[in-house]
Amino acid sequence: MRTVDPGDDFDSWRPLARQMLADGIRPEELLWQKEPGLFLGEPESPFRTSPPTPHRVPASFLRLAQVVACHSDPQRWALLYRLLWRLTAGDEPSLLSQPSDPDRVRARALEKNVRREIHKMHAFVRFRKLTDAGNTQEHYVAWFEPEHFIVKAAAPFFCKRFANMDWAILTPKGCAHWNGEHLTFSPGVSQDPFAGKDPLEEAWRTYYGSIFNPARLKTRAMQSEMPRRYWKNLPEAGLIDSLVRDSRHRLDRMVASTGSPVRSPSSLPYLDQLRAATSAPENPPATLAEIARHLAHCRRCPLAETATCAVAGEGPLSARIMIVGEQPGDREDLTGRPFIGPAGQLLDRALTTAGIPRSEIYLTHAVKHFKWTPRGKTRLHQTPNTAEIEACRPWLLAELSALTPQIVILLGATAAHSLIGPGVRVMRDRGLVSLPSLAPHVILTVHPASLLRQPSDRLSADAFNDFVADLRLALTS
Amino acid sequence: MSTLLEKLALLADAAKYDASCASSGATRRDSTQGKGVGSAGGMGICHSYAPDGRCISLLKLLLTNRCLYDCHYCINRRSSNVRRAAFTSQEVVRLTLDFYKRNYIEGLFLSSGIVRSADHTMEQLVEVARTLREDHDFRGYIHLKTIPEASPGLIEKAARFADRISLNLELPVQESLDRFAPEKNLARTKQAMGRIRLRLDEAADRRKNGDRSLRHATGQSTQVIVGADASTDADFLARSEELYQSYRLRRVYYSAFSPIPEPSAILPAKPAPLLREHRLYQADWLMRFYGFQRSEITSASQPNLDLHLDPKLAWALRHREQFPLDLRTATREQLLRIPGLGPRNVDRLLAIRRHAPIRLIDLARLRVSLDKVRPFLITADHRPPAAELDSDRLLARFAPKPEQLELFC
Repeated sequence: MRTVDPGDDFDSWRPLARQMLADGIRPEELLWQKEPGLFLGEPESPFRTSPPTPHRVPASFLRLAQVVACHSDPQRWALLYRLLWRLTAGDEPSLLSQPSDPDRVRARALEKNVRREIHKMHAFVRFRKLTDAGNTQEHYVAWFEPEHFIVKAAAPFFCKRFANMDWAILTPKGCAHWNGEHLTFSPGVSQDPFAGKDPLEEAWRTYYGSIFNPARLKTRAMQSEMPRRYWKNLPEAGLIDSLVRDSRHRLDRMVASTGSPVRSPSSLPYLDQLRAATSAPENPPATLAEIARHLAHCRRCPLAETATCAVAGEGPLSARIMIVGEQPGDREDLTGRPFIGPAGQLLDRALTTAGIPRSEIYLTHAVKHFKWTPRGKTRLHQTPNTAEIEACRPWLLAELSALTPQIVILLGATAAHSLIGPGVRVMRDRGLVSLPSLAPHVILTVHPASLLRQPSDRLSADAFNDFVADLRLALTS
Repeated sequence: MSTLLEKLALLADAAKYDASCASSGATRRDSTQGKGVGSAGGMGICHSYAPDGRCISLLKLLLTNRCLYDCHYCINRRSSNVRRAAFTSQEVVRLTLDFYKRNYIEGLFLSSGIVRSADHTMEQLVEVARTLREDHDFRGYIHLKTIPEASPGLIEKAARFADRISLNLELPVQESLDRFAPEKNLARTKQAMGRIRLRLDEAADRRKNGDRSLRHATGQSTQVIVGADASTDADFLARSEELYQSYRLRRVYYSAFSPIPEPSAILPAKPAPLLREHRLYQADWLMRFYGFQRSEITSASQPNLDLHLDPKLAWALRHREQFPLDLRTATREQLLRIPGLGPRNVDRLLAIRRHAPIRLIDLARLRVSLDKVRPFLITADHRPPAAELDSDRLLARFAPKPEQLELFC
């Protein structure tokens, strides 16, 4: 059995472990123990028996070992050497990817302890501001008592966060100092050398006491995240006992207090405007502006419940052409404007090709709310059913009679269903349709979204040309 | 006129009903190249915990508790007799920086009562955030509560200075809003969320293309109050599912209604069970991380979650025919359905079984509760007796212990 002093940290242990490995010393023949004086005078001689042979270990082991080395458990060095031995001489290179191996489980547990303690140090360090009379520079000092040797690992976080402050963190397990440029470390100190209080701690305690809700006492949840051993260095923790004690009384008082009667809502023009009508009239109004205003509150079908808004038609009152699509899509629903999503962009391209300016057209939908179903992270468009089409038809008819366009272009089956009737077959009947009750000229064509679903580029180009040809009928009508 | 400490006590007290405390997911940054203090990005830090078990991560304040709105569940409503106070924007800036430099907080969570108009109020909130960012180069976290009625331009400005913005829905259906919060409107809130989502998408696209010149928030969230109105859990979950899907919310916070001083007569006097809030979070998680459909968690005939059983266990007990599952062959989707196994442990089990058949000891080492999972799975060394799943004993086994319930009354 050999006894080796691992030193203070990973950097001192690493060359020793490498040498032990080269010497072929099995983990069970080795005792890692801090024993000052054992090797005095011959610090490294007993081991230089064989030249170090290069061993390859996974990078994940080095990362793990660096963290585990910070733990205060004296057994950590033996554990790390055992893992190192098994990974190399023991021929178990995939050891670290076996989540239930006892050595790995133990190492991961120590790693977790250390990482948690680093996290808690980031959370629970409390700086106090010191100001020297002659010195205008602000200086911040904290006292913290970590369970493990984590000051070096935890300090860089504070350098980044408080890069432009002078600060020091003092602990029994080492101290860190930052002057705005350099991070330095010094040995630990046994007690907090600055007993002085920071006046701001009073404000912090006031905040802590006020943000606590006495109606939801859950002290165990608090303690599992903020164990008692941290309390003595937290200025706010002194309040905990009295807050807990008084909470029952405060809750009882709230429950027992008689509610204040409901007063009639105060009448301010601003509030009246906010509370303005949230229901739509039975019969749609006569002008486009009124239609758009009331459409926003339509509840004629359940689609309103899951859509963002009703998308009203858009275009000049003088428009000769009215285009009726199916329903708003994802983009239209979010912005409240018709034909701005992918299908709308395709329609724009087709209109440009056909030589019809969009600015002279009134664009609207047969169904005003977006119907969708969840699919992964997106909202998948769903075709509206007969009831939904019929519920929305009065709005569309109102738009039609307010505008009295010369030409109506129906895009796809839903628009056709709404204004011609069920059972229209778009591909068979596309082109000019005689429907004098709607407008002097009515054109039936496909919905631009169908062009986006063509299986090949060639078919898609053909379909686009056919679509443009249908739109051009408007120029000759 | 109140002193600063008195104002702090009043306006922190008024802000505590907002459950949101997240300080994670901001754009990664620190103060090394700057003039001020602060860093953010990655995991948020909880700097303290109050005895209500909630973490204290942000300095959560109201700019003022004066309010035009008359929302019955709110201590700051117009008709309440609570003492009123208001911070100046400089006071909030000072407190934020002083607290931050002492490592008390991750940043600021700022909300406000509505004074004069939504726009006027929003301007004040934005001004605090602007001062922190531009005058003090503050790089910590900022969460701004926005008002759906404020103009889109102001909300966009808020998003330029904040890391997260949020709009509180408060109640899941318009009928409840009409009764409890007459100035609030579901459609207006959703439209504001929709506009914010579009801006967030644009900002994410810019970041993806390497353009970091424009600072922008990275997410939005909302909060609903549970137990103030008659809405069922199914109502809440349906609304949450819609909001996650339509507006890509990071979180929906469920806040069990808790009594307030100066209550309104139409409110329930007793607090809603905290357990109901907990069950809603569990169900929310099942939908987002476990592949559950909403229809599998609640139904028209059972619109409320069982307070005694967690929703995943309740599902498993309703679908006993699908168990026990063999850990050696079950798919990831199936494993996620086993009560007591979460996504992390499922992934670990998938890693283990590549090397060796899974045994109960493997589960114990992963700190899985064997008592809970045993009836539902088969391992190399364990097969539950056929009678175990079929019998009523299984229900009895998970029946609540009365003293546990006491805790939440």
